[in-house]
Amino acid sequence: MIKCDNIVKTYKLGETETTVLKGVSFEIKKGEFVAIIGPSGSGKSTLMHILGTLDKPTSGKYFLNDVDMLNLSDDDLAKTRSQRIGFVFQSFNLLSRANVLRNVMLPLIYDNNIKKEERKARAEKSLISAGLDKDRWYHLSSQLSGGQMQRVAIARALVNNPDLILADEPTGNLDSKTGDIVLNTFQRLNREFGHTIVLITHERYVAEHADRIIELRDGMIIADGKASKSLLKDK
Amino acid sequence: MVFSDLIEEVYMSLSSNKSRSGLTMLGIVIGIASVITMVSIGQGSTATIESSIQSLGSNLLVISPGASKSYGSMVRGGAGSASTLTMDDADAILSEVSNLKNVAPLISSQKQIVYKGENTNASIYGITSVYQTVKSLEVSTGSFFSETQIEKVAKVAVIGPTVSETLFGEDVDPTGLKIKIGDTQFTIIGVTVSKGTSGMNSSDNIVYVPITVAEHYFTGSESLSSISVEVTESKYMDQAEADIEALLLERHDKDADSADFSIMNQAEIMDTMSSVSGTLTLLLGAIAGISLLVGGIGIMNMMLTTVTERTREIGLRKSLGARSKDVSGQFLMESISLTFIGGIIGIILGIAASYLVSTFGGTTTVVTSESVFLSFFVSAAIGIIFGYYPAQRASQLNPIEALKYE
Repeated sequence: MIKCDNIVKTYKLGETETTVLKGVSFEIKKGEFVAIIGPSGSGKSTLMHILGTLDKPTSGKYFLNDVDMLNLSDDDLAKTRSQRIGFVFQSFNLLSRANVLRNVMLPLIYDNNIKKEERKARAEKSLISAGLDKDRWYHLSSQLSGGQMQRVAIARALVNNPDLILADEPTGNLDSKTGDIVLNTFQRLNREFGHTIVLITHERYVAEHADRIIELRDGMIIADGKASKSLLKDK
Repeated sequence: MVFSDLIEEVYMSLSSNKSRSGLTMLGIVIGIASVITMVSIGQGSTATIESSIQSLGSNLLVISPGASKSYGSMVRGGAGSASTLTMDDADAILSEVSNLKNVAPLISSQKQIVYKGENTNASIYGITSVYQTVKSLEVSTGSFFSETQIEKVAKVAVIGPTVSETLFGEDVDPTGLKIKIGDTQFTIIGVTVSKGTSGMNSSDNIVYVPITVAEHYFTGSESLSSISVEVTESKYMDQAEADIEALLLERHDKDADSADFSIMNQAEIMDTMSSVSGTLTLLLGAIAGISLLVGGIGIMNMMLTTVTERTREIGLRKSLGARSKDVSGQFLMESISLTFIGGIIGIILGIAASYLVSTFGGTTTVVTSESVFLSFFVSAAIGIIFGYYPAQRASQLNPIEALKYE
């Protein structure tokens, strides 16, 4: 479903050029739960931005559902994000003045294919999938705990029924206990509903919750294999 | 993004910071309200000037002796100082020019008026009974002199209320009393109704005497001070003016450059006065417009702050699938909503303020639908103009950078 072919990303800062990604190639099949791991500066955030169509590679190819993302206009990329991709951020990025349901429905206002009446039903469904208690649905998002906020963010990522869920350090702002709950939510979404999930993290412990781990260092893939001990064996 | 969603989003953002939105809107409210009020004062004064000129008599041409044009460096005598118009001219105009209603010759002079110990200086107008019709003069007590009295050179006078008050004091009916104008004794037969002061001349400080008397006792000649001509309809004004000019040039054996008289068209005076008050309206409107401009800059300032504050939100919306035009549309709509609502409140306040000015300020104000519509569109336009740049800035934010923004 995802195909990256020799992706290179170079940033220019005045005279100096920094190559963040130095030829990254991999494929992710539908229904996979993949963790991309690497220390800071390894290029994993840049890779996530490219996968999320927020950024374009300097060279190389990126196909999402066999569509070449490099040939799309900005408006088409926005449409792709609204219909095919769900984001979960480290800092949740909820609208604090809106209630939970409204936050979850937010992506739907940018997709004209979904009728207004349908929005609430879809938001409720994804809130149930994300495991947020019903009595919180009408709270302002600023009144929730960190774990609850991240589950609202997950519900928001699910609401447009995306092909791909991209989670950028989803446990970074959570303590380990609520972090576990959020990671279990991802696992459940992957196993029960077959969502394709790409999780970006710098912690091996977090990455171990995925089925497959792609390890980045200095802009190159140094390992790609099954999670847990199997990764070491492959090496 | 459908329109109802846009409105909901705009409402959410504006209501989340009510005091800031309110204060920014206040700038527009004050701007629009002052434009409406100022323009209503300006247009009120235009209306007042027009009606007061109209009240002097309608469709009036006034012919004065003396040239109206100056020739090279020659100094000309003031209009009215020459003595080139005669009663014969007046009769010729009446008989030879068509579409005239009335022709009223006038001999005026300034004289000392004495009653016992009291004395005053007033304009003495020698008139015919036609003049009374043209100027719509009415008496509050007594009567005007008759045709017979004019023919018989009767020494009777109708005095203005100011003259009456000065000589006899208030609430005294002077009818029948005798006054001395210059060296001649006159009997008062009436007092005119007060017309108030218009411009520099008070029409209440005048003594009217029969024109024959003025000829005989004051000027000693046939020459007239002016001839007022009333035209039947305003559409004949220009024609009548041209005809009279041609007739008098022929009678006086002059050409257009050496004319020894001048004709004032009341419509022209009105045009001049209207253009003066029009300029006044424009000036007042412009001053108020500056406050509107400042209000608009306030909107832009607030929108720029908002864009910076909500950088992360913009990044989020873009990552959720908002196109650039969705983002710019939302911010533009926010500023338009502010100026739109502010404009409506401003119009209501402005109308209320004009009403208060006319009730308690003693100035006539006129709120026209033009000024209301204009302010309405101007306020919406300000929203677009001053909201455009912040909205563009918001839509062009890089979502990656925006999401990282602290």
